[in-house]
Amino acid sequence: MSPDNTQARQQYDALCQAAEAKRAAFEQAPVPKIHIGMATCGIASGALDTRAAFEETLKERGIAAEIHSVGCHGHCYAEPVVIIDHPASGFPPVFYHEVTPGKARMLTKLFLEEGDPRFEHVFGATVENEMIPTVMEFSRFNQEKRIVMEKCGQIDPESIDEYIAAGGYAALVQTLGLAPDQIVATIKSSGLRGRGGAGFPTGAKWEMAAAVEADAKIVICNADEGDPGAYMDRTILESNPHQVLEGLAICAYAVGAGRAIVYVRSEYPLAVRTLRTALAQAREHGLLGAGVLGSPFDFEIDIFEGSGAFVCGEETGLVQSLEGQRGMPVHRPPYPVEQGLFGQPTVINNVKTLASIPPIVEKGADWFRSIGTENSPGTAIFSVVGDVVHAGLVEIPMGVTLRTLIFDICGGIPNQKAFKAVQIGGPSGGCLPEALLDTPIDFDSLTTAGAMMGSGGIVVMDADSCVVDVARYFLDFTQKESCGKCTFCRIGTRHLLDILERVTTGEGREADVGQLERLSADIKAGSLCGLGKTAANPVLTSLQYFPEDYQAHIEEKRCPGMMCRSLMTYYIDLDTCARGCDACVGVCPTEAIFTTSTRKKGVDQQLCVKCGECMVACPPEYDAVRKVSPPGLAPTIERPDTPRKPEKP
Amino acid sequence: MNKDLLNQEAFFLDELPQRLENYQSARSQLIPILQMVQKAIAYLPAKALGIVADYLEVSAAEVYGVATFYNQFRFNPPGKYPFKICLGTACHVKGGEIILENVERKLNIKDGETTVDREFSIERVACVGCCALAPVAMIGETIHGNMAPSKVEGLFTRIQIEKEMAEREKQKNES
Repeated sequence: MSPDNTQARQQYDALCQAAEAKRAAFEQAPVPKIHIGMATCGIASGALDTRAAFEETLKERGIAAEIHSVGCHGHCYAEPVVIIDHPASGFPPVFYHEVTPGKARMLTKLFLEEGDPRFEHVFGATVENEMIPTVMEFSRFNQEKRIVMEKCGQIDPESIDEYIAAGGYAALVQTLGLAPDQIVATIKSSGLRGRGGAGFPTGAKWEMAAAVEADAKIVICNADEGDPGAYMDRTILESNPHQVLEGLAICAYAVGAGRAIVYVRSEYPLAVRTLRTALAQAREHGLLGAGVLGSPFDFEIDIFEGSGAFVCGEETGLVQSLEGQRGMPVHRPPYPVEQGLFGQPTVINNVKTLASIPPIVEKGADWFRSIGTENSPGTAIFSVVGDVVHAGLVEIPMGVTLRTLIFDICGGIPNQKAFKAVQIGGPSGGCLPEALLDTPIDFDSLTTAGAMMGSGGIVVMDADSCVVDVARYFLDFTQKESCGKCTFCRIGTRHLLDILERVTTGEGREADVGQLERLSADIKAGSLCGLGKTAANPVLTSLQYFPEDYQAHIEEKRCPGMMCRSLMTYYIDLDTCARGCDACVGVCPTEAIFTTSTRKKGVDQQLCVKCGECMVACPPEYDAVRKVSPPGLAPTIERPDTPRKPEKP
Repeated sequence: MNKDLLNQEAFFLDELPQRLENYQSARSQLIPILQMVQKAIAYLPAKALGIVADYLEVSAAEVYGVATFYNQFRFNPPGKYPFKICLGTACHVKGGEIILENVERKLNIKDGETTVDREFSIERVACVGCCALAPVAMIGETIHGNMAPSKVEGLFTRIQIEKEMAEREKQKNES
C-alpha cells in the first residue's frame, strides 16, 4: 500500500501558493527587469562590475528597475550575459552578450530610459515575437535538450521560492506518496546511469542499498569535481542547488536513509555558499529536518568541504576522506552500498545524477527513456573548451555525434583553422581524431573508441595543437594526483610522464613507443581504482590515432603542431620585416630581439623563451615572425657586435 | 617583513587549543580543523599541526600525512599579492605555462613559493571556470582573462601604481 501524502501535499500547496504569489508580484511589477548571470563563470568575466554599473546608473538617472541575479546559462563565450525585460518599451525580453560596465551604462540610458534596445548589441530575443529574431534560431540553443540544467539561468539560486514556483519539490511530494520500492523501480526502469563517469546503473545501486538491513544509512552527493577542465557540477550547484537537494531527498527516501552529505570542493566557495543558503531555506520551509513536510520521513543534509584530490572522486577514496584519512581508495567488495562511511550502507551519486532524479519522478521513466539512446537514456552535459567558437556548458541528448556537438552546436574551430583532435573525458579520457567524429556520444560508444564519458570535459584542438603534449599534460596531472597505493599507478605514471617529457623535449628514443604501450597496459592491469585503470587512456588513444605525431617527435625531432617549445623556434623573416619597425621589441619579455645591421630585427635564440608575443605584435602587413620545427630550420641571424647608434634627429 | 602578520600568527597559535574545544576530538574532524586553521592564517605552520595532533591524540606524522595529501593545504604563507595561474586544460592548450614562466621569471621564485618579503607568491590552480577567457591569471580573487606574456608586466605595474597611490594618500592624510 502506498503511504498517505495528503498532509505533505497540503503543506506543499501552501508553499507553492506563497511562492507563486511572490513570482507573480515580481513579474507583474511595471518596472523593467534586468537578469544577470552571476555564477562563477559570469563573475570571472566581470558580472559583478556589470551589476554595479547597472545599479549605479539606475540610481543616477532615477530609473526604477529590478535587478535579478540568476545562475549560469552555460554560454561561457558570451559572458557576462544579461537579459533585459522591458515590457513598457514594446520589445520582448532581450538577451545581451558580453555586457561590460560601459555597455551596461549605455543600455540603461538608451534602452531602459529611451526605449531603444540598440540592435547592434542584441544577441536575440528570448521569446517569439515579430521584431527581433529569437535566440532559439541559433543551433547553440535549439539543439540542446535541457533536463538537468533546465532551470539554470532562469531562477535565482538563492531563492527557494523561485525554485518552488517553477515546479520544484513537486517530485519530492509525489515521492512521499509512494513506497520506497516504487521509486527504486521507477529509477531502475528509467535506465539512468551514473553521470560521474563510469555509467553504473543508478537504479541497481539504489536497489542494493535498499536491500541492506541497517540501523542507519547515508546518501552522499559527490560534488568533488576534480577534472582540471570541467565545471558543470559547480555550475549546477551555483545555479540551481535545490534540484540536487531534492534528488538527494528522493534518493534517501528510496533507500531508507535519514542523513545525507554533500561532498563539495572547498575550491568552489560560491557553490558552498549557495548550498548553505539553500539548506537553510529548505529547513525553514519544512523540506528538511524531522518529518519532511509533515510526513514521517526524517531527513538531514550536511556539507563537507573536500580539500581537493582527484582520487576522492572515487567512491571509496571519498569515504576515506570523510573519515579524516588520506583519500586512498580501498578494495571493493564490500561496496559502499553495503558498508561505506563509518561502516554504514552508503549510496554515492554524482551531482548530475541526482539532479536528473526529480524530472524522472515527475515525468516518468518512459519519458526519460524517450530521450537519448537505448543503453544510455537521458542527456549528457559537457564543458566544451579549447579551440572552439562557442565554448561553454552544453546539455545534449545522448547519441548526438561529436561532429554535431563541435561543429553545429559549438560553432566549429575559430580562425578558419583545421580540426586536429578532440580530447574527451578529461584525464581518464582519450584523444579522438577526425575519423571518429561521427561517434555518437554515449557511455558505450565512447568506451569502444578508447575514450570515456568521464567528467564530461571536452577539449577541441585545432591543427596548431600537439596531441603528445596534451597526453603529457594529463599524465602530469594524474601522476601528481595518484594516491600512491598501487605500485603500478604510483611509479608507472611517473615513468610514462618521464618518457613523454623526453619525447616532447626532443630526447625521444626509438624504443619509447613500445615502452609506452607496455607500461600503459601494466598500469591498467595493476591498479585498484578508476584513476589508475584509466590513467593511460590519453597516451593509448593518442598513440593509436596519431602515431605519426609520435614518430615526428621521436625520429625527426619535430612537433607538427609547433606546441612543444623545445622542438620549435621563432625567427624573423628578413624579407618581410620592415626597416625601423619596433613593434616586437617592446613586447619581448626577455629582450631577445635585436636590431640587425640593416635596421631590421633578429631573435637571439639564447635569450628567447618562445612565448610567441612577437608573432602577435608583428603588424599583419609585414607578418614577418615565423615558427619552425625542428628549430634547426631557422636561419641564423648574427647580432651585430656593437649596437647601432641611435640616429641623430 | 610584516611584523603585524607574524604577531597575528603567534596570537592565533596561542589560542588555537581553546578554539579546538569547539570540535569533537574525532578523527573525522581532522580535515575541517585543518581547513579552519588555514582559513585563519592562510597556511599550516608546523606548530599548528603539532597542536592539532595533540588534540586529536594522533601522531604529528598522521596529521602531516593527511595535510600533504590534499591540494588545498599549503605549508608556506602566501604573499600579500598571491598570483594564481590557471593551468586547467583550456588554459594549458592556450599557453598558460608561458604565463606562469613569465611570472616566475619576474619574481624570481618558483610556483608554490613566496618572496622573502611576503609580498608575492605564485601558485598554479586547476580550472577557475572561465575557459572562454583562457589563459587566465588571478591575483587574490581578481581574475585577469586573455592573458599574454606582455600583460604580466602590466599587472606588476598596476600593483606598483596602486601601492604608490595608497602611500601618497597616507602621506596626505598625515600632513
